[in-house]
Amino acid sequence: MVISNHPRYGLFRVRPFLFTIFFLTLIFNLLLITNVSAADVPDFFVPPPPFSEDIFPCSECHADLEVNEEHRELDFHEDIKLKHAEEQRWCLDCHNPADRDKLRLANGQTISFETSYNLCGQCHGTIFRDWKAGVHGTRTGFWNGKKQYRLCVHCHNPHNPRFKPIEPLPPPIRPDELKYTKSEDDQIPRNPLTSNYKAERKDVKEKH
Amino acid sequence: MSKKNINHTCNKTVRRRTFLKGAALGLTSLALPYGNADAGVWESFFQKHFHQMNKDELKTVIARLESEYKEEYGKDFNIKSTKPIDGVKYGYGLDLSRCIGCRRCVYGCVEENNQSRDPQIHWISVLEFEKGERWVNVFEEATKYYNPGKVPEEGHFYMPVQCQQCENPPCVKVCPTKATWQERDGITVVDYNWCIGCRYCMAACPYGARRFNWAAPQVAREEINTETHYLGNRPRYNGVVEKCTFCIQRTREEPGRYPACVEVCPVGARKFGNLLDPESEIRYSIEHKRVFRLKEDLNTSPKFYYFFAT
Repeated sequence: MVISNHPRYGLFRVRPFLFTIFFLTLIFNLLLITNVSAADVPDFFVPPPPFSEDIFPCSECHADLEVNEEHRELDFHEDIKLKHAEEQRWCLDCHNPADRDKLRLANGQTISFETSYNLCGQCHGTIFRDWKAGVHGTRTGFWNGKKQYRLCVHCHNPHNPRFKPIEPLPPPIRPDELKYTKSEDDQIPRNPLTSNYKAERKDVKEKH
Repeated sequence: MSKKNINHTCNKTVRRRTFLKGAALGLTSLALPYGNADAGVWESFFQKHFHQMNKDELKTVIARLESEYKEEYGKDFNIKSTKPIDGVKYGYGLDLSRCIGCRRCVYGCVEENNQSRDPQIHWISVLEFEKGERWVNVFEEATKYYNPGKVPEEGHFYMPVQCQQCENPPCVKVCPTKATWQERDGITVVDYNWCIGCRYCMAACPYGARRFNWAAPQVAREEINTETHYLGNRPRYNGVVEKCTFCIQRTREEPGRYPACVEVCPVGARKFGNLLDPESEIRYSIEHKRVFRLKEDLNTSPKFYYFFAT
């Protein structure tokens, strides 16, 4: 077989320009995919960050405070015990000392608390990618319409991100213990998915 | 004996065939519900198969069911009969590296889909395995009755199992009355008014995903979900089989909501979407993660994909 007559090689020979364009576009696309930026975050509704009550804006107190970079036991924020690569990091690696109401990326760029995923995505790139694709994290809303994303910090405490074990709901009744009693309406067992649990997530659900 | 002779004899007496016809009619009339013969009972007795009903007939049936449910629960029900969306085949993904076995999905499903509270029915079973155990195809060593103070338990992992919405569903093949079938969008449904409760489908299902109403299902009035679908979460009867429908009443809308179990999962382990849409979450999971399907060797071809995201 003569190689130059083979259709594929022939095509290469005739339209090298087209192929160059194609590969350049491909490389450009790959760059776009791997680039960690806010631009490619899908425009889906993300609820506001879950601040503790009356804690924001931070500048309310911090404007008058001196910047202290020391690795120490915090006296006002005593509930914060950093357990997130704490050997390598301290408050001001993520919080911005100049403007306390902003967060700070490793390159010095400041971002708002509403887009804190950019901060997390600096280290957790693969998770960030999955999150953007809708595979990491909880999604609510419509599978073929507007989806509701959550910030990383809606589920993970940024200062101590590992999930803590939680109480399971009751196990099913074993078949041999299954008893049937015709009951009045108020005696029928209620669903143990408590209203408590629903209330916990109400903030997110109401804003469909 | 010649043909002529036979005819001659039969003409004189009651023919065997006529006798049997008459007897059958007579017996049938005995079986008809004389005691409470209101219109509803007659209509439900002569209700056609779902596929043979035209729009008006289906409307009549739904109106009858709505009034029946209203009488029982004192609430206005909305029973939809939404058709499948074109170009959609539903697929489900479950991230086993995230699931912590908290059973929120089990009871989120119960709430949405009106399962009987007593006798208790759950469409989802969360199985607990010890790490290092044989699993995937062997459920014998798993338990769904685990009840520690906190989950996940040290040295254990969890696998929720529900209807796998097979492309090649063995449960549909065995149904003698065609009361269960696969819809165009891939959801296997049950018509509770055609199910005779033989439970062949339960025997045929390799995943143990179907449930039987051993008694009249009971749900408290305040907890009943009145937004229903004819083939989905409408209240069931004593002696019929039911199963997961990917929340047909939620997902078959435009825009369609996620199934209840997807939304309730606190660790975001559950994913749902259109298998035919290359941009969907479910396609991303299948293409980028380590995926397997349960009991693949049985050739049931489930549309329920377990995967490991990390």
